[in-house]
Amino acid sequence: MATESHGAEAVAAGHAAAESAGMPQLAVETFSNQIFWLVVALVATYLILSRVALPRIAAVLAERQGTITNDIAAAEELKLKAKEAEAAYEKALADARSQANQIVEATRAEIKADLDAALAKADAEIAAKAAESEKAIAEIRASAAESAAEVAKDTAKELIAVLGGDVDGRSVAAAVTSRMKG
Amino acid sequence: MADNAHAAAAEHAAEGTGLVFHPMDQFKVQPLFGHGGEVSFYTPTNAMLWLGLTVLAVFLIMVVGTRGRAIVPSRGQSIGELAYGFVHKMIEDVTGKDALVYFPYIMTLFMFILMNNFLGLIPTSFANTAQIATTAILAFAVFFAVTIIGFVKHGSHFLGLFWVTSAPLAIRPVLAVIEVISYFVRPVSHSIRLAGNITAGHAVMKVFAAFAGLVALSPLAILGITAMYGLEMLVAFIQAYVFTILTCVYLKDALHPSH
Repeated sequence: MATESHGAEAVAAGHAAAESAGMPQLAVETFSNQIFWLVVALVATYLILSRVALPRIAAVLAERQGTITNDIAAAEELKLKAKEAEAAYEKALADARSQANQIVEATRAEIKADLDAALAKADAEIAAKAAESEKAIAEIRASAAESAAEVAKDTAKELIAVLGGDVDGRSVAAAVTSRMKG
Repeated sequence: MADNAHAAAAEHAAEGTGLVFHPMDQFKVQPLFGHGGEVSFYTPTNAMLWLGLTVLAVFLIMVVGTRGRAIVPSRGQSIGELAYGFVHKMIEDVTGKDALVYFPYIMTLFMFILMNNFLGLIPTSFANTAQIATTAILAFAVFFAVTIIGFVKHGSHFLGLFWVTSAPLAIRPVLAVIEVISYFVRPVSHSIRLAGNITAGHAVMKVFAAFAGLVALSPLAILGITAMYGLEMLVAFIQAYVFTILTCVYLKDALHPSH
């Protein structure tokens, strides 16, 4: 087997050497075939690319560019709108704040007025009550003094009577009255 | 071609004996149906299959992915838009706004190379961009287009590209020779850079894959394939990017030939 194949190899080597010197790329008899089919393939590739693929991709890229430009413009516009909205919001907020301040001021003034009125009324009432009370106290005091004088006169009369003195009502009363004043 | 089939059979027989490297087999152009036979220009080959799948991949990403035309893109649409924006911005930055009329052509180049590079990374697939015939057509198409645009836009003033007016007069003829040589080398470097990068990466992965047959080396080999695959994903994108940006640079020379 080994000798057989060696022999065959030798024969093959001889044939190969005779046929071409190493590189199959230099086998000139295949050139016309390669060149013919290469030209066919190149023309086919060119037609596919120039007629279908490249215009299509160019259109897609242009459309994308357009979409991006439009979107950026729209975004710019929306940004502007957002700024406007923010300004409006700020203004509304300031208005509301000033209005709230006004309401607070007005309410405060109103409450103060009410309070002042109530205070004045209360003061007046208190003054009236105080006057009334003072009057009542004065009355009570007066009546108390009178009663005391009465009791003193009576007691003095009784004492004089018990001590055996002569009871002169009028002089006793005068004496008591003068003593109480002193 | 009958020899070819014979050789392939013999190689398969030889694989039982140990390490066999066929890192370049993946770059063979073969008919899809039937083995052997002449490969004429219209024969359906693996090259045709993977070119077709490349066109399908471009269609899926750029047309099916963007079918929603959504203002807020879906994931698929985002990829399409990303590719569009990437190339659009590259042209604007490198070449200028006046080059945007050539946007569909440059986009075609970029999407085609990018998709082909990535499809080529699928195991057992065929990488058209590893074929010098393919990349040379792409590079020479750019070269001729740029040269024609230059002459149509500027007439003989386009030759001012080779006459460096900012240099002292004595050196200008020398510089002109260098500029002319570098101008004509452009399509060569432009095409070989792409094919070479893809070829090298795929071949290295195949070599690692051959080592995976040895039990002792297989963990290392698999690690190597994984690392190379990651690198190749990067290379697949970077080479598509480099090819496109160089196209933009060349186009800039044609549109604005004065330095």
